[in-house]
Amino acid sequence: NSGVMSLLRPLLLDVVPTIQQTAALALGRLANYNDALAEAVVKGNILPHLVCSLSEQNRFYKKAAAFVLRAVAKHSPQLAQAIVQSGALEMLVICLEDFDPGVKEAASWALGYIARHNSELSQAVVDAGAVPLLVLCIQEPEIALKRIAASTLSDISKHSPELAQTVVDAGAIAHLAQMILNPDAKLKRQVLSALSQIAKHSVDLAELVVEAEIFPVVLTCLKDSDEYVKKNGATLIREIAKHTPELSQLIVNAGGVAAVIDYIGSCRGTVRLPGIMMLGYVAAHSENLSMAVIVSKGIPPLCACLVEEHEDHIKAAAVWALGQAGRHSPEHARAVAVANVLPMLLAMYMDTHSSDDLQLKASIFAKRALKNILEKCTYLPALEPLLHDAPPNIMKHIVGQFSKVLPHDSKARRLFVTTGGLKKVQEIKAEPGSLLQEYINTINNCYPEEIVR
Amino acid sequence: RSVDEERRIKYKAAIKIQSWFRGCRVRAYLRYLNERVIFIQKCWRGYQSRRYFRKMVETAYFIMKMNFYNEMAVRIQKRWRGYYVRKYIHNYYALKKYLEAISVNNEIVRNELREYVEMKENEEKRKDLEKKEKEKEYQARKMHYLLSTEQIAGIYNSPFRKSPDPMELLLRKSKPLSHKRQQVKSSFSSELYDWPTCKRPPTFSTVQPLPPIDRQKPQGPFRDTAEVLQQRYKPLEPTLRVAASINSPLKARDEMKMEEWRNRIHDNEFLPFSSYHKNEKYDPSIHRSGKYVQETYGTKHFREVQPKKWIADKVSHCIF
Repeated sequence: NSGVMSLLRPLLLDVVPTIQQTAALALGRLANYNDALAEAVVKGNILPHLVCSLSEQNRFYKKAAAFVLRAVAKHSPQLAQAIVQSGALEMLVICLEDFDPGVKEAASWALGYIARHNSELSQAVVDAGAVPLLVLCIQEPEIALKRIAASTLSDISKHSPELAQTVVDAGAIAHLAQMILNPDAKLKRQVLSALSQIAKHSVDLAELVVEAEIFPVVLTCLKDSDEYVKKNGATLIREIAKHTPELSQLIVNAGGVAAVIDYIGSCRGTVRLPGIMMLGYVAAHSENLSMAVIVSKGIPPLCACLVEEHEDHIKAAAVWALGQAGRHSPEHARAVAVANVLPMLLAMYMDTHSSDDLQLKASIFAKRALKNILEKCTYLPALEPLLHDAPPNIMKHIVGQFSKVLPHDSKARRLFVTTGGLKKVQEIKAEPGSLLQEYINTINNCYPEEIVR
Repeated sequence: RSVDEERRIKYKAAIKIQSWFRGCRVRAYLRYLNERVIFIQKCWRGYQSRRYFRKMVETAYFIMKMNFYNEMAVRIQKRWRGYYVRKYIHNYYALKKYLEAISVNNEIVRNELREYVEMKENEEKRKDLEKKEKEKEYQARKMHYLLSTEQIAGIYNSPFRKSPDPMELLLRKSKPLSHKRQQVKSSFSSELYDWPTCKRPPTFSTVQPLPPIDRQKPQGPFRDTAEVLQQRYKPLEPTLRVAASINSPLKARDEMKMEEWRNRIHDNEFLPFSSYHKNEKYDPSIHRSGKYVQETYGTKHFREVQPKKWIADKVSHCIF
């Protein structure tokens, strides 16, 4: 702030290499601290000086210069754009070709920060020819270099399918898949996140990732001691499962559903979210798959999630997953209803129903899930408690279900009367001619006149 | 005049009678014609209707047969569709088996994962234990002077104890650390964590390690060690004669021969004495080996014509 930039700039061009390196280091640390300082670095015209003589310098200078570029790029897309415009990308790619692993690491970290912001910057990084060099970096023996290269590839491929395709064309998937077996936890995090960013864009990319034989190795990642490894592993499985029923089938056949269910049971908080969504996607594709989810004892952990979690989006995801599992056929709905889920869903729908301005996601999903499950549910003991405190639009469905089942089942009729359901139905006021009235009439017609009164 | 009138009256009466008679005849004739015509039309209409009726009967019969066939086909299709759906699309038993297989597979996967987790935990514990052991040994080596002697019992070997402390045993086993061990043993992982954030300044390799203190200066007119090493380890620069292999002149000759053979047009040697070749027969080229005649070539000669088969002498226009 006190004119430090103008003092440091001539030092960068000094003859003694040590001074250059230390000046670069100082600039880097300043820019790292605060984005106003990073802007000052950019405005003080320092970047061209840094960049122009980079190829002849020794490795310490290269490392320090890459550190400065990284520190500037990480704050905002505009600063990263300024770096790209000053021609730093070619220099960083030259650094990637250097022998020293520290230089490569610093260069790939800087490229990662640049590519992180948006897809134009990622495209610029790819156009500078960085991707094949990054794939080479992944194969190096140093773990830190592998980590950074994997995270850079993940940042590049997350923006668009074309960028992910470029990364795949450079042959990254095979190496990333091999590195899943590495014992280092942070490396596994980055590798799994890179694979999930690649797989999320389209079916072909997801199939390519699956062909690299990641199953069943990925399931061991779900049991790792590091939380984020588990989370990224579940994210990867989710991105693969969401595209087509065949991919979900593959995951189910490999035993992925069991692993994900155990994973949901074993952790708390936001980390659970990808696992819950994965179960929802699998159950949504077809009834056989949702039956597979139910058979693998998937419903109790989802209910536990509903009860234990307090954040809205996790609850919404759990509710959505339950809705997908239960909506296919009466057996599915029965399996979901037996786990005592319906009262919870109703409660969730009701308690934000009163405050209409909030309209939380959880309540919207709860309503949809409730409707879907109720339309197929023929398990009357689970429907009974709902009769007592449902709002009219849900009551319509519940009474409709009763009117469908009761005419055919005499035992159910007896039970209905003894548990006071008939009395409750009489108390419902409905406009004549509406669907609700028709349902009530159908129910009343099943019983002799004296009982109805 | 009354005769005229009578005659007129009779004339008129006769006319009336005749006209009436003629009328009767004509009427009878017309009636007769009508009857005949009606008869003809009757027969014709009956014939048409019978034809029509026959057609109707045929179509009705046909429709009945088709309905019957359709019904039978529907029955067959019903059975087939039920079978097909039950066997291939919604195969209940296959689905049940599949779900059971999934449960079994899930159990296997869960077991394996559990074993994996246990294995990893055991490994972690083992690594921790080993680390602690190493720490203890290092401490023992550093504090080896706390070992107890015959006269003075060390702190770990108090006379009131029944048996010495395990630390005492470690101390007895350990070798004292030497002075030369001055390098800081930083672990592999911490070094890597430092590099990327450039927290440590990079070590510039300008400082040479100091020579050991107790080394004595070598006596005598010895050459400088650097020079000696340079001479000893000078890279080999062999002469061309040594660098080339033994058969290289032969190989070079062969190569030259191959090149000349490639570039030659024919392999016949050049023989200077021309009378030697006088008896050789000369093979002419294609141009000279045939007669100078116009070959039968061209569209006129390609097609075969058979004038005996021609229908007309001239073909004047296209037939189609």
